[in-house]
Amino acid sequence: MNVETKAAVVFDCVSKSFGPKQVLRNVSFEVAAGQALCILGRSGTGKSVTLKLLISLLKPDQGKIWVDQQEVTRLKEAELSKVRRKMGFLFQDAALFDSLTLYENLALPLQRLTDKTHEDIDEIVDRVLGQVGLSNDKRKMPSELSGGMRKRAGLARALVLEPKILLADEPSSGLDRITAGEIDELLIQQKAEHQTTVIVVTHDVHGARRVGDRFAVFDKGDLVAYGSAAEVEQSENETARKLISEN
Amino acid sequence: MIKVIEFVGKVSLFGFRVIFDLFHPPFEAGQIGRQLAEAGARSLPLVLASGFALGTVMTFHTRSTMMMFGAGAMIPTVQAIAFFIEIGPLVATLLIAGRVGSGIGAVLANMRATEQIDGIESLSIDSFKFLVVPRVVACVLALPLLTIFMDFAGLLGGFLSEYAASRISFHLFIVRAFAEVAWSNFIPPTLKTAVFGFIIGTVSTFFGYTTNKGAQGVGEAATNSVVVSSLLIILADVVLIKCIFFVFPENAL
Repeated sequence: MNVETKAAVVFDCVSKSFGPKQVLRNVSFEVAAGQALCILGRSGTGKSVTLKLLISLLKPDQGKIWVDQQEVTRLKEAELSKVRRKMGFLFQDAALFDSLTLYENLALPLQRLTDKTHEDIDEIVDRVLGQVGLSNDKRKMPSELSGGMRKRAGLARALVLEPKILLADEPSSGLDRITAGEIDELLIQQKAEHQTTVIVVTHDVHGARRVGDRFAVFDKGDLVAYGSAAEVEQSENETARKLISEN
Repeated sequence: MIKVIEFVGKVSLFGFRVIFDLFHPPFEAGQIGRQLAEAGARSLPLVLASGFALGTVMTFHTRSTMMMFGAGAMIPTVQAIAFFIEIGPLVATLLIAGRVGSGIGAVLANMRATEQIDGIESLSIDSFKFLVVPRVVACVLALPLLTIFMDFAGLLGGFLSEYAASRISFHLFIVRAFAEVAWSNFIPPTLKTAVFGFIIGTVSTFFGYTTNKGAQGVGEAATNSVVVSSLLIILADVVLIKCIFFVFPENAL
């Protein structure tokens, strides 16, 4: 794997097991800076684990992972913290802190990790909430938000530190088609306007085709297809062809 | 047996990490304040009501026996010494283990199950320092204060009960209550509750923070927090009482 390229993310022969179950087996791929990669696959094939390995919430059993030219698998906590600041993570259920208001959820990383003044933080939070259409809801608790609003709020929190790499775990799951489309638009907008590298785990092929430049298909822990939509459609692997198909 | 030793080892390491992180910045003063309000201020009504009821009932029970031996005048003294030395510290601690310990275990386990702890880590925030250390510190600080409230609520309950029976004046009750009480009867037993607070905080956060069983883990963490904390508190009480007797031998007489 050539790590001298301008790849934002590189997976090099990464394996991961939980007990006897191998979730990822010798997975290698890379994502160029500013590109969007959509990871497809059946449930339980290691897609979400891939994102958690990227942000080092999990450690691989074997292999190496580079994020923005830095090998992260053996970094200590303090160095890891610097790498994580380059990434934003939209969790499947948004993972908003339920004891904090929406405003506090977004302000927390700014207060903790930057020297910004209270006024600056207010301005940034307002701007980011405006981007996701939640300007009027900043005093609400997460429990007062609908599913779609929670997803958008989670996205806003992931974007508040202006990450170079945005990871999204099933951003459209449980949402109606219109709301899912709005989330996809936000991801596309983020990539286009800020050249953010976007990595999305999804089951929504329609959305994936709108957002993604490249596609990775996982099956039983193996990366069975990787490339553009056309390349994956021509894959020898039947699961890959079925998953990328819109029909 | 091996599992018990393994558990003790894990909880001990967890506790040492709390102490280590406590003295390294950032110090999380805001979080400590929030948790102190949750563990301390919001537990106050329960502690006051329990102390008052316990003081009242204790006088009901001891009065007939004391009167039988012509020691009715000693009721306030017995009440005060019993509350300051053991009843206040132990009952306040067990109440807090139930109310706060279960809450801490459940909240952290729920945060783990809903990926909120992963969310904190993904934002480059040390979740252990942010969630665990402030809760343990709050328990350590809150317990001695709540114990003092428990002691005096117990005395107030005892006075009202005694007043109803013998019309004793408040002044006389207080004079008799404190006649035999030394500082060594009050300060060491009150301060030992800080150790109990450390046990409640550490055990509860351990069960909540380390669970990985989803919704089922929430219930288990809450239950285990209370059961294991209470057991360890009673064991620690025995050890700490012996330590107090060693330092203040007059208390053992």
